[in-house]
Amino acid sequence: MTEEFNSTEYDIPPEMEGQVAITTLDKVYNWSRRNSIWPMMFGLACCGIEMICAATSRFDFSRFGMEVMRPSPRQSDLMIVSGTVTKKMIPQIVRLYNQMPEPKYVLAMGACASGGGPFKEGYSVVDGVDKFIPVDVYVPGCPPTPQALLHGLITLQKKIDQQSIKNVRWYSKEQLDPVPIPVLGPDLMDVREYELIKQYTSEKMVEEQEEPEPEQA
Amino acid sequence: MSEEVLVEEKTELEERFPEIARDQRNGYEGFIVPADKLIDFAVTLRDEFGYDFLSSVTGVDYMPEDKLEVVYHAYQTTGGPGFVYKVQVDRENPVVPSLSNEFPGAELQEREAWDLMGIRFENHPNHKRVLTWEGFEGHPLRKDWQEPFFEEEGKPFKSRWPGGEVIRIEDNNPFRKNVDYPQGFDPGKWQEAGQAVVYENVVRLDHPVSETAISTDQIVVNLGPQHPSTHGVFRMVVRLEGETVVDLEPVMGYLHRNHEKIGERNTFLMNIPFTDRLDYFNSMSNNFGYVLAVEKLMGTKPPERAEYIRVMMAELTRIVNHLAAIGFLLNDLGAFFTPLLYAFEEREMILDIFEAVSGSRMMCNYYRFAGVARDLPEGVFDQVKRFVHDRLPRKIDELDTFLTNNEIIRTRTIGIGVLTAEDAITHSAAGPVLRASGVPYDVRRADPYGIYDRFEFDVAVRYHGDIYDRYLLRLDEIRQSIRILEQVIRDMPEGPVQEGKPQYQVRVPAGEAYGRVEGPKGELGFYVVSNGKPNPWRYHVRAPSFINLTPLGVMCKNYKIADVVSILGSIDIVLGETDR
Repeated sequence: MTEEFNSTEYDIPPEMEGQVAITTLDKVYNWSRRNSIWPMMFGLACCGIEMICAATSRFDFSRFGMEVMRPSPRQSDLMIVSGTVTKKMIPQIVRLYNQMPEPKYVLAMGACASGGGPFKEGYSVVDGVDKFIPVDVYVPGCPPTPQALLHGLITLQKKIDQQSIKNVRWYSKEQLDPVPIPVLGPDLMDVREYELIKQYTSEKMVEEQEEPEPEQA
Repeated sequence: MSEEVLVEEKTELEERFPEIARDQRNGYEGFIVPADKLIDFAVTLRDEFGYDFLSSVTGVDYMPEDKLEVVYHAYQTTGGPGFVYKVQVDRENPVVPSLSNEFPGAELQEREAWDLMGIRFENHPNHKRVLTWEGFEGHPLRKDWQEPFFEEEGKPFKSRWPGGEVIRIEDNNPFRKNVDYPQGFDPGKWQEAGQAVVYENVVRLDHPVSETAISTDQIVVNLGPQHPSTHGVFRMVVRLEGETVVDLEPVMGYLHRNHEKIGERNTFLMNIPFTDRLDYFNSMSNNFGYVLAVEKLMGTKPPERAEYIRVMMAELTRIVNHLAAIGFLLNDLGAFFTPLLYAFEEREMILDIFEAVSGSRMMCNYYRFAGVARDLPEGVFDQVKRFVHDRLPRKIDELDTFLTNNEIIRTRTIGIGVLTAEDAITHSAAGPVLRASGVPYDVRRADPYGIYDRFEFDVAVRYHGDIYDRYLLRLDEIRQSIRILEQVIRDMPEGPVQEGKPQYQVRVPAGEAYGRVEGPKGELGFYVVSNGKPNPWRYHVRAPSFINLTPLGVMCKNYKIADVVSILGSIDIVLGETDR
């Protein structure tokens, strides 16, 4: 690391070499953040078991500074959505996401969290957690092996390396609004889509009146 | 596994209840009981004929005949084949008397039948939805109910590759996601019913408030669904007097993945990988139960070598599960992560074997109808041999030495979470929970399936019914599994591993079948109804993790709130199976 920091365009006097490092604030800031991503202890389904495996001695993600799994969202930086997201669970997941302090990241682990997976066609499954919360890294697999999860985490580190204090959202002047928590109605309802839903259900009623039932026709 | 019912009993029963009729449909068995005689019949069957274990309660929608049917499977805890009886009701107004007051083990299962099938149970103590939420539109397992992403009644869907182009189902949905709303619905006027209903039963003020010198108040505490000790997304609503639990109710459905609805759209073969994801620790024994049920319908049997491989994989799975259960239990007791690391080390060794035979660590998808997917690859047999003979017994002894006499473990587990043998049976608890309460009931011995009747092993049993005994019982069972594995290794024959040619589309004759295995968590049953089509008409899973939660309230009552966590850990649930 020292050599990397030393190789800048600035002149360092020979007597100071090896004692002074020059770098950008972004680099130091990202370097410390990327190596201390604390995931939330939050297993949803099958993938949760492989996530635990990634924490045990054989795969050991503490090598990347991630061994501190926090049960509380207030202390965690990364939400690993490890498993199928159901309609009954998504309000809680959104609430947990809102409770996490910035900077926060989301990793969708496995086919279900990324897009519904094998259970996509089910009536109470959310086809991808990204319908509600922003996802940074998707890890494919059913379930992804611990190696795949590690690769996803390294990808996240690379993503963090690209960020700059100048334009990250948590230092911007605009107010960061929490994601509205979806409501469980006859089916899952996104609060932002109420108008659309109303339009759809009234259109459906009109269609029903126009087209008589096939067996009556 | 035999399902023949003794002939004398049939006639004697028929004399007692002239109203009942034998199920005459082709491929069906058991009796059809009129709804008004149901309680009387079930109680007589229990008290006079010894069928004291009401294992499974489920509904079937026979839409073409305009009938709904509730199917009951009862067993004797002394062993032997089962007894099936059914109640048929009208589809428009299905009401069946509830058995929950006589058999508390039916409580959650009847709630599930109400939730998914819309069958109302009269006099049920807690009649509300269990897997979906209060306010959910319709009863999804009815045959005329269609999910938002509905394409066709059965797979393979023709719409998948018209002209070689994939069609994404969300493109046909106005919201571009997996939702649908009833006509005329106005979201602005919607009142969420959810939480008040969840607390309703626990909040009721019929609990006696203790009379002590200090006046105290009872409070209701919510644990979960996101809580580090709940093994997933499980939730408990607890009523507390100080630190003591007065009442507890499990709340579930947070991982309800519509296993059964998807299972009825799938072809028979397609369901095998889905069973992997039920209890994701034990994919091999889940496969086992399902293929047994379908093989019973098809009337086939696997060749010898496949039978041995099946037993080998099922027992290795049991070891994996019990190791993990012990590790997580210790986690819950506060020994954070270290015992789990020991347990997972051995688990990884077994997962390597699974990966070698099936190609996947966790989701093995290895069993097939009348066989297994492929033979053991070269070197795996020796790997198993070394592992079972040299390594595993030593490692189990190591765990035993470190944990069993640890003072903290003993004080936190002995005499905590006691479940009596009577309660265990009436609540339909199965597996280690039942056996730790002193009931030596193990399907491998009580109603042998596969080739389990050839092996010498003891049914592990402990008598105190507390957390400590459940822990010790799991150690005992690992040792018995090692014993079975040694015999499998000794006797493993050469030969084919698949009867006939492997088929993508199997022909399953019409009829019903119930296949059950002694899964690591308890009796895992698959109830399959076929009408001769490529897709099952009804596909139901009797999930031990789900039914073992019925006695959770009984086990936790009068213990401390801190014990609730370890009691739950000692039941050993997996949410994929609980919620399906």
